[in-house]
Amino acid sequence: MIDYIIRRIGYGVLILIGVNLFTFLLFFSVNTPDDMARMSIGGKRVSDDAIVKWKVARGYDKPLVWNASASGVEKLTDTIFVARSLPLFALDFGSSDSGRDIGYEIKQRMWPSLALAAPTFVLGVFAVIVASLLLVFFRNTYLEFWGFTFAVFLMSISSLFYILMGQFFFSRVLKLVPISGYSGGSDLFVFLALPVLIGIVSRLGSDSLFYRTLFLEEIGKDYVRTARSKGLSETVVLFRHVLRNALLPILTSTVAVLPLLFMGALIMESFFGIPGLGGYTIEAINAQDFAIVRSMVFIGSVLYIVGLILTDISYTLADPRIRLR
Amino acid sequence: MPKLVFLATDLVLFLLLAGVAFYAWHATRTPTLRQTWRSVLHDATAMSAAVVLTVFLLLAVLDSVHYRPLLAPAEGAAADAAPAYSTKTLSLLDALLSGPRESREKTYSIPLGTHQFSKESMLVDGKSIRDFPRLKFGGAGLQNPQTDWAPDVISRSVTGLLGGALAAAALWWAVALIRAKSLAVPVGNSLRLIWRCQTDVPWRAILLTASVLLLIGGWIAALWPHYHVLGTDQTGNDILFNAIKSIRTAVVIGSFATLATLPFAIGFGLAAGYYKGRVDDVIQYIYTVLSSIPSVLLIAAFVLMIQVFIDKSPNLFETGLERADIRLFLLSGILGITGWAGLARLLRAETLKLTELDYVQAARAFGVSDFGIMRRHILPNVMHVVLIVAVLEFSGLVLYEAVLSYVGVGVDPSTNSFGTMINSARSELSRDPTVWWNLLAAFGFMVTFVLSMQLFASAVREAFDPRARAFRPQRKMPSQSKLAITAREQGR
Repeated sequence: MIDYIIRRIGYGVLILIGVNLFTFLLFFSVNTPDDMARMSIGGKRVSDDAIVKWKVARGYDKPLVWNASASGVEKLTDTIFVARSLPLFALDFGSSDSGRDIGYEIKQRMWPSLALAAPTFVLGVFAVIVASLLLVFFRNTYLEFWGFTFAVFLMSISSLFYILMGQFFFSRVLKLVPISGYSGGSDLFVFLALPVLIGIVSRLGSDSLFYRTLFLEEIGKDYVRTARSKGLSETVVLFRHVLRNALLPILTSTVAVLPLLFMGALIMESFFGIPGLGGYTIEAINAQDFAIVRSMVFIGSVLYIVGLILTDISYTLADPRIRLR
Repeated sequence: MPKLVFLATDLVLFLLLAGVAFYAWHATRTPTLRQTWRSVLHDATAMSAAVVLTVFLLLAVLDSVHYRPLLAPAEGAAADAAPAYSTKTLSLLDALLSGPRESREKTYSIPLGTHQFSKESMLVDGKSIRDFPRLKFGGAGLQNPQTDWAPDVISRSVTGLLGGALAAAALWWAVALIRAKSLAVPVGNSLRLIWRCQTDVPWRAILLTASVLLLIGGWIAALWPHYHVLGTDQTGNDILFNAIKSIRTAVVIGSFATLATLPFAIGFGLAAGYYKGRVDDVIQYIYTVLSSIPSVLLIAAFVLMIQVFIDKSPNLFETGLERADIRLFLLSGILGITGWAGLARLLRAETLKLTELDYVQAARAFGVSDFGIMRRHILPNVMHVVLIVAVLEFSGLVLYEAVLSYVGVGVDPSTNSFGTMINSARSELSRDPTVWWNLLAAFGFMVTFVLSMQLFASAVREAFDPRARAFRPQRKMPSQSKLAITAREQGR
């Protein structure tokens, strides 16, 4: 198993290099160092001299990916790409184009993001499993039919509507929670209740329909019939036998949700004014601060890859028959 | 003679329609496809959804025929001077709805309102007072809005609904008549058969849906020339008109982006599954890299790139609409480039299974080229996966557009879209009193569109994927006798 994990991590690093090269080429073809210099010097002071100085000061005076004037290995290493990417792997994000330390910002903003994402994820998975098991429990009744229809309806609503209507009803009309904002300590719950609730509801429809098919696939199998013929109640069959056996596909799909969670956080955080990584990213996109965006892409990809490896490990926990080799 | 303008998205939309028509022709000639599609045709929910989708699609097509009107020749111009065209590009839909398009107010007004939403200083009898001014167009024909408004709206609504009901009745009659002719039964009998759902195609559901649409259409047609049915937005534009214009954007994004994923997904998916080994490794690497980048950021990067391109080459586009259109076109392409990983993964798995089958081995033994095998033996056998994923993705993309517009990397701000409508609704909801109609309009149109698409898509999936059929919710346990009948039918 250790072998397997080391191999997966190696592959993960390879993928991260790919991600980096890709985003690097993409961003630098949009926004060349000259453009960046012009933007940050600004106004009348832009001159060829000033641009060259700016580039030298920030290490942007090298070629992008291929240094023809250097010799040997330096042809590859003495470039902006290597200078800007290698430190990322050591989690050194450098400073943003406006001169602030990205690593420090990330450390500060990580906790609000986590405070939002973790409950959304955990409670969300719980709510979806309960909802879909109920749909299965009431199968072949009117309750299932209308539950199914309602889930399809929930799926057809844009997540932005949930946010806007949630803010309108709970904050403006009922005045239960503040519209937006964030503070640590005891007020945390008040500020996070609505975003977490909306985060759960906006994914409830599609996910519970998906989980329902997973459960229905299991329910036709022999072991379920055996369990029923032993005289176990339907509830026990569903929650103990079916749920446990359907865990594998559920695990796979929850990891597939991780990047979506990241995207959901982008929208949520900027709507609710939570000073997390998502809001930071949106600000960066609007300000065209590519250093920040590149760091966030890197972090997002790392999370995704770590998630994939964790899934594999959790497989062995959920099903002892699986061995990682 | 106005000058016809073909925008990039128009051309692709028409090509797409031609493709769909070709597929329909192909499907009627292929027995297996005909059989499969028949089960969609016999599904009441799917056909009702199809009626709604047809209306939406029709509006989108009407909005895709663009032209530039001919300007009246300038004073004293030579008789043989080149004709001058307006710089404004219009569509057939714009021309049809020229009334609401041109009746622009100053700012917000509530649905069916007669007065502006905000107060203004006015001169009445030489004195300056602050009050809600009358609208220029909404309810302009009323002498005394306080007393005349309700009777006027009610009488117009009744007329409109009656007209809609008449049209609906005519439709029922026409369908019954046509069916009566072909079955050689009296019209009354045919109508009864339809009402009791004793027809192969669920005509009752189709006609009921169409009737509801006709009633709504009649109501709107009666009120729209005199009022702003769904109110006006911040710059005084009619919101119902904006919402109808947004349909095209949604259709374009949904269909093109799906279409743009297909070459990548099919090409890479089949190649990875067929060649295995090195090729498989490289392709898997590429799509893992793509899918591990958060898609919003990837799309944002691409969109910023095309924005730079558009800004740097202003001479390429003659009108503002063309510039906005090329952005819409490229945005759909970007959604395609960034979104093919999922389908490619499915196709790879399917191809891996298919290459082991005897007929593929036989084709290989006969010396058929790799490309020939993929085209003739593998592609037709994975087409159902492509079709299922394509219809399922469509609605997701429509929803995604709204999110992208919010992040600021969506369609051009001048393009009507549900995303831009929701975006402006954000600040409107925090006004006091609330401006709720913009959000309501976007919500209503979007949910109707996406829901119809979802229902249709699930019927298509059930038709093409036998496993999905087992997961269909049943209202009742199939009774014993019914089971026996189906068993007998299957035995035959």
